[in-house]
Amino acid sequence: MTNSTGQPLFLDNKEGKTLKFLLSELKPKGKIFTPFNVISIPIIIVGIIIMYIRFTQGIGSVTNLSQEVPWGLWIGFDVVTGVAFAGGAYVLVFMVYILNLEKYRPIVRVTVLNGFLAYLFYSAALLLDLGRPLKIINVIIGNDYGMSSVLFLVGWHFLLYMLALLLEFSPAIAEWLNARKARKFLSGMTLAAVIFGITLSALHQSGIGALFLMAIDKIHPLWYNAYMPIMFVVSSVFGGISVVIIEGSISSKVFDYQTDKNHNRQHSGIMHGLAKICAVTMFVYFFMQIIIFVHEQNYAYIFSPMGYWFLVEMLGFVLLPMVMFFISYRTYNITLVKIAGVLSIIGIVLNRMNISIIAFQWEAAVRYVPTWQEFVVTLTIIFIEIWVLRWVITRMPVLRKSPDWVKDEH
Amino acid sequence: MKKIDRRFFLKAMGVTAATLAVGIDRSDAGTDIKTGEISELKGILYDSVKCKGCYGCEFDCAWQHGLAEPGEVDDTIIRKTDETRRTVINLYQTSKGPVYVKRQCMNCNDPACGSACLTQAMHKTIDGPVIWRENRCMGCRYCMISCPYDMPKFEYHSTNPKIQKCDLCYDLQQEGEEPACAYNCPNGALLFGTRRELIAEANKRILENPADYYPHIFGEHEAGGSSWMYLSPVPFEELGFNTKIQNISYPSLTKGFISSIAPVDIFLPAVLLGIYEATKKDKTTQNTKEG
Repeated sequence: MTNSTGQPLFLDNKEGKTLKFLLSELKPKGKIFTPFNVISIPIIIVGIIIMYIRFTQGIGSVTNLSQEVPWGLWIGFDVVTGVAFAGGAYVLVFMVYILNLEKYRPIVRVTVLNGFLAYLFYSAALLLDLGRPLKIINVIIGNDYGMSSVLFLVGWHFLLYMLALLLEFSPAIAEWLNARKARKFLSGMTLAAVIFGITLSALHQSGIGALFLMAIDKIHPLWYNAYMPIMFVVSSVFGGISVVIIEGSISSKVFDYQTDKNHNRQHSGIMHGLAKICAVTMFVYFFMQIIIFVHEQNYAYIFSPMGYWFLVEMLGFVLLPMVMFFISYRTYNITLVKIAGVLSIIGIVLNRMNISIIAFQWEAAVRYVPTWQEFVVTLTIIFIEIWVLRWVITRMPVLRKSPDWVKDEH
Repeated sequence: MKKIDRRFFLKAMGVTAATLAVGIDRSDAGTDIKTGEISELKGILYDSVKCKGCYGCEFDCAWQHGLAEPGEVDDTIIRKTDETRRTVINLYQTSKGPVYVKRQCMNCNDPACGSACLTQAMHKTIDGPVIWRENRCMGCRYCMISCPYDMPKFEYHSTNPKIQKCDLCYDLQQEGEEPACAYNCPNGALLFGTRRELIAEANKRILENPADYYPHIFGEHEAGGSSWMYLSPVPFEELGFNTKIQNISYPSLTKGFISSIAPVDIFLPAVLLGIYEATKKDKTTQNTKEG
């Protein structure tokens, strides 16, 4: 039995062989001076220096956070927006493992991997933003739980969901290591992890919205409403799926050597199906936004700069991509699916940033604008995540087929 | 067939048990204070009619809490409390002439920061003060997001930052003494006592001097009421108070969400298992037909 790199390997064999295999896998594969590497490496180096300054001189030395705006880009984008982007994982496992829609199985692994890495790196971003990061242990070991805290719920659901995602992905790791017994054991836990994971997702996606419920006087009334938790879940469905669409079309180009000839035809079928999901969930979301707008009697705010900004978000980045998804579904236009996907991703960024930063303390005399350091650190986290993602995809059976022995097991 | 069923049953049991373990015990654990006890909480009544603007309380507060002494004060500028000062006195030009106003954390009866805090570092004690406990805080600043008064202040330039805010001199109160500002105020503008006593006294002052006082006690109902309460000669918006603050306890805004967690945690896995079972059976019948 050989694995993809050609070396024979059995995990049950002597320690030395496994170690040798792992070491050989650590080495980079492919060209070093690709455009992505040339851009990302300097940014990552600068980002790490900024992180060092942050830990030696305090958060205030590299950010523009203030006493009025205590959460900036690191929370507003990396965590609040990032969690919505990772929503594709729970939607896809629901379709594949619960509804048994075999059509989507080819992309479920890469989506789960994406979700897991996103959560892993966004919690790293969270640690950067914590003033006293070592004390996070209080939340985990139960040094007086804050049971009435929404953030406590979000934190725990976040943590457990990462575990569920890792379990969902673990069969791929076992296949990479040729660990047959482990694979059998781990794939036996997939259903439990999936059901557990979807429940955790529904609650922490809504929990992120619920975080801002107490900021009733601080968030502009066009964005603040009591239904934020539900709106966050609904928008995480099409937000997450849009990310799957865009990420999928990029990785099928970059990693096309990993996939077989059938893949392209299959891939457009999947895109087409995902477009339909986005179209209907966006319709529900848009409809709910209209109901909230009427119910909260928000007409008075619409003819103001914030009102126009709200219209830009709702019409340009919810209604427009929704219509495009519907048309692309009818006409089977995959290019249009991708354009709509990009627009709806921007829409999610706008929505989350509006609630957490732009419409937050919108009346303040001094508005929060992130420093360049905050942007560089955010980019650093995203780039390192892509590096790890690339490392995993080139080694483990994520996009390519599982090794032959997996089939024999069934 | 029977064997698979048993295995599936055990799996389902496992999922349900794990979910229940997370779902249970999310009952309210905010404060230990019952409704009847609120009137016995200790607090301070600040009377801006009596305040002469000597800035003495700013000094007392700084000395008591080991903070830097306030420097020269330019009373044409409205200052805010920050990580270097827990209280400030500002001068406002109002319809009734110049009025001094002291600002600091209100120490709410049901504080938003306390319900926001995921380690209970922010904590409403049964004496009245809302205290910050250094050994628990992880510096997430969710208290600052939630506070309607924007009062917890964070030391952004420290590697081991603290939250600075008025805690009604909790340490002094533990020794049976009054908070430093109330003890030292030379003009009697700061009165220390239980909420019951303070509200009675405030109402008395308003009744006896209707010409001097605007008939409202700020802090009696705002944000569910607080340990600090205010009297003023003019409407409070003239003194820079946030009039958007509502007469509700802010933690009640998240209660609905918090109480829906356990039901969803229990209900959703059951539904998901049901759907799984339904779609799976569909597949097997199809397979037998094909086969």
